Formats: sequence, structure tokens, C-alpha cells
Amino acid sequence: MTAPPLLVRDLQAGYAERTILDGLTLAVPPGQITAIVGANACGKSTLLRCIARLLAPARGQVLLDGKEIHRMAPRALARRMGLLPQAPVAPEGIAVADLVGRGRYPHHGLLSRWSRQDTEAVAAALQATGTADLAERAVDELSGGQRQRVWIAMALAQETELLLLDEPTTFLDIAHQVEVLDLLTDLNHSRGTTIVMVLHDLNLAARYADHLVALAGGRLYAQGRPEEVLTAETVKAVFGLDCRVVTDPTSGQPMMLPLGRHRMQASA
Amino acid sequence: MTAALANRIVAAGRARARRRTRIALGLGALLCAGVALVLISGPTLTPPLDVLRVLAGGDVPGASFAVRELRLPRAVLAVLAGMSFGLGGAAFQTMLRNPLASPDIVGITAGGSAAAVFAIVVLGWRGPEVSVFALAMGLAVALAIYLLSWRNGVAGARLILIGIAISAMLDSAIAYILSIAPAWPLQEAMRWLAGSLNGVQLAESGPLLAALVVFGGLLLALSRDLEALRLGDDKAAALGVRLGRTRLLVTLAAVGLIAVATSVTGPIAFVAFLSGPIAARLAGPDRSVLIPAALVGAGLVLAGDFAGQSLLPSRYPVGVVTGVLGAPYLLYLIIRVNRGGGSM
Repeated sequence: MTAPPLLVRDLQAGYAERTILDGLTLAVPPGQITAIVGANACGKSTLLRCIARLLAPARGQVLLDGKEIHRMAPRALARRMGLLPQAPVAPEGIAVADLVGRGRYPHHGLLSRWSRQDTEAVAAALQATGTADLAERAVDELSGGQRQRVWIAMALAQETELLLLDEPTTFLDIAHQVEVLDLLTDLNHSRGTTIVMVLHDLNLAARYADHLVALAGGRLYAQGRPEEVLTAETVKAVFGLDCRVVTDPTSGQPMMLPLGRHRMQASA
Repeated sequence: MTAALANRIVAAGRARARRRTRIALGLGALLCAGVALVLISGPTLTPPLDVLRVLAGGDVPGASFAVRELRLPRAVLAVLAGMSFGLGGAAFQTMLRNPLASPDIVGITAGGSAAAVFAIVVLGWRGPEVSVFALAMGLAVALAIYLLSWRNGVAGARLILIGIAISAMLDSAIAYILSIAPAWPLQEAMRWLAGSLNGVQLAESGPLLAALVVFGGLLLALSRDLEALRLGDDKAAALGVRLGRTRLLVTLAAVGLIAVATSVTGPIAFVAFLSGPIAARLAGPDRSVLIPAALVGAGLVLAGDFAGQSLLPSRYPVGVVTGVLGAPYLLYLIIRVNRGGGSM
């Protein structure tokens, strides 16, 4: 499956009187993992919301296969692009398989019935996320890490070639953060799903993303492979933080070490 | 492996569907039993066979009038109004993901009542145009609450607090209009203030039935979208739900149901508010509660009216009985919300 090109062109967006994104142009590489990073309030979530069609841009376009997503039928778009928002709500008492099954919504109209194909999509999603054993459990009984895997399973059951995630690792401890990012990488490799996510942690973003997008003040500051983007200059410009960038000995990816005012050894 | 998992998923889905069907059938049977009880009981008990004979159009001396003119209209309207309140309330609670977001709590019902009282007392209107005006004002209040609570999206807690404030304002407007009203329209106006089935006629079931078919049917057609909304607005939109259109249609249908029912029976306290949560408790909260909520609403009004007429030492209108049931639950919800840090 080759994913379609997703293009953001001259995007300007915001809320009420406040412009957050100002003239942003961006091409999302198909079949790869893109991570959007930047300081708080730099417009990362706004950008993701525009791409997901949750927010209409004041100017500019988001194009999927050359078509403007704000002009596409919502369900047709939802068959191609899934989203895991920051705070989805699990209905009280709902079972895991039932919740995952709700990812099939865009594949159904008013009168169509649940089919074998739907069941298979749900089963495959549960297996891919390692949640098959939880299928009958109630979602509200699960741990944070398990719950996040279930939400990812629901997005997988939607069977889209593009998956957007808004800070999928918030509220998780470090082990579960790595588990979720490993899982997303597996899906990218096995299904060829194009993944676009907003990530808070710069080092995890550099480690897991193929393509890094750094925003500053509502504009694109840098984009490219992590080793091109994650430099001391970028971190200074984007976060206002002095740092040293080294090579992560376990992954060979760049890694940022902040330079604070305390506990610094002379060599740094 | 995958096949076994797929079979487990199908089996679990079937078990859920069976359970829901069982509960809906059980509620329906209870409701039928309740209607039968209302038809045979009164100051004098009517033998069930005589009731059937009257319903079939026969004439049974001593029973015909009581069954055909008094008990049947009461039972039929209790069921229809209860279904309307139950459906309308549950639709709002589902859409806004909050049990407090019921039209009778957030001032939509009060908006309809205030409009009706104003039309009757100040404008001197009578008849159906009062109902239409009440419906329009109910919608206007719903829209006003929605716009006032809008700030980059609608948050449940803000909407509910604003709704409660608007409800209080409308109640004081009603009190003011009543205080300046001459005696004659008071009787007519009272109908919009206290829920009662006294003096209802079978002919009044027509508009209620029509509203149930049109608006109830619309809500059932939207139940898939309502279920998606339970996952949060963002998730629903990402699944392809048209948020604005769905919210508008649900609001229109729910306010329509409640306004039409209110124009016949008055606002029967807390039925809209209670039906959804009771239905969720009975049928499980993991699927649409609309149909069980309609059945629970019908049961609440029927049982409340029966209790008010036959079980209590003196006669009370149904709204008093349901009010006594609903108030403790409202208190419980507010206390629980406060414990949860006020996030609602």
C-alpha cells in the first residue's frame, strides 16, 4: 500500500481573533512516521487539528491526493484518515472489542449491517495491538498503557492509510511511552500506515520519527530527518533552551541533553 | 487464532444484543401490565373481561364511561408523554455526555413554559399556536445556552451551569407573569407549569403520536451518530460524524418531543432527567439507551400517575410524584460531581 501524499499549503488558522498558524507549508512523506515538535502553544496541536479537519483553516489548504479535505465527505475522509485525539472518552462499562468495533463507523451507512469483514478488521486490530486477551474486559478497568493500546486498536479497525495522533504518550509512564511508540512503528512497518503525531518528548520524537517537523511561533522552523533537524541551534530557536546534541548509543539517532544552570560538569 | 478471536467477538456481540432485546421486551411487558392495571383499577375495580369488551367498542353499563373516557386517555397519554420525555432527555444526555444535561435541568423546558404562560396571559392566545410558540422558545433557549457556553467548543460543565442559571431566570419570569395575571387565564397557564394528566382526552394523543413518529424516528436514525458522540467530539468528528448537523437535528428532535408532550401534560418533573440513567443501569450503558429510555419514561409517568391517583392518601398530580423521585437523584449527582473535583 503506497500512502497518498498529504500536503499542507500556506495554512493560516487559529481561534477567534488569535492566529496560531501563520503561512505554514508542509509535505508529509507517505509511508513514514512524522513527528511534530515544538514548544507549548507553538501550534502543533492546531496543525494536527487542521489536518484532521477538526478546525477549518482561515486561509490555505490541506490536500489529500490533491483534494482539499475540507471539501471531502466526512465519512469518505474517515475511511482514509484516522485520529487519536488527546482525550477520547470511553463510554462507561464498554467492552474492549465493542469500543474497537466503533472504529468501523465510517464504513457503514444508516442501513448497512455489521459484516464478517468488520469482525475481521476488529480481530486484526486487537491482535496487532496485543489486546486480544482483553477483548471482553471493560475499558474503564484497564491500566493507562492498555487503554492507549485499545484506542490505537480502534483507530486501526478504521483501516485508514493515514493515522494522526495528538500526544499519544501523555499520561503514560516511560515504559508505556516506549511500548506505544514501538507499537506505532510496528504498524508503520507491517501495514505501511503513514503516521503523523504530535510529541512532547524531543528525544523520543528523534528516536522514533523518520521525519521531524519543528514549529516555532506558528511557523515551520525546520523539517527533515531527525539528524538534520535536531541540532543545538534548532532547540535554541524552538524551545529557547541551550543544549548539547549527542548520538544516542542505543539507536544511533540524535539525542538532546539540556544544559541547565546546575549540576554541570566543566567539560560540558 | 484469528478465526477463534473473530468468533469470540461475534459471540460477545450476539450476547449483548440478546441481553438488550430481553430487557426491552421485559420493559415492554411491564408497561403493558401497568396499562392493564390502570384500566381495571379505579374507585371500583372493573373485571378485565369488561375492560376488553369496552375497548372492543362494546357497552358495559357502569364501566364504559370510566374506562373509555377516564382511564384509557390517562393510560395512553401517560405512555406517549413518558416516551417523549424519556427519549428527549436521553438524547440530550447522550449528546452532551452528561446526565445533568437534561432539558428539564438546563432550562429548555422552562423556556417553553415561560413562552406559553406569556402567550396565554399577556398575548391572550389559546390553542395550538401556544404550543408552537412554546416549541420555538424552547429551541431558542437551547440555542442561547449553546451560544453562551461556546468557547472554542462546548464544555459540558459550563453549558449546564449556564442552563441552570437561565432556568432560574425563566422561573422568575413565570412567577412575575403569574403575579400580574387576571384570574381567567390562570387555569390555562397552570397547565404549562405542573405536570398532570387530569382531564386529558384521547383526541390529544394525535399530536403526541405524530411527534413521536417524526422526532422519535429522527432520533433513532441518528442513534449511530449519537453513539459516536459519546467518544468525545474530536473522536466523533474523526470517525466522520457531521458534528454541527447532528447536534442541530438532535436538539430539534428532542426539544420538539418535549415541547409537544409538555403542551398536553405540562412538564412532568424529572422524567426526562431520570429515564436515561435508569435505562442505562438496566440495559447496560454500552449501547444506545434511547429505546429503553423511552420505555422507562413511559413506565415512570404511568406508575407516577397511578401512585398519585390510587396509592397515596390523597390525590396528587403525576408531576408531584415524579418530582419526589427525581429530587434525591439530582442531589446525588451533584454531590458525586463535587467529589469528583467539579469536572462534571
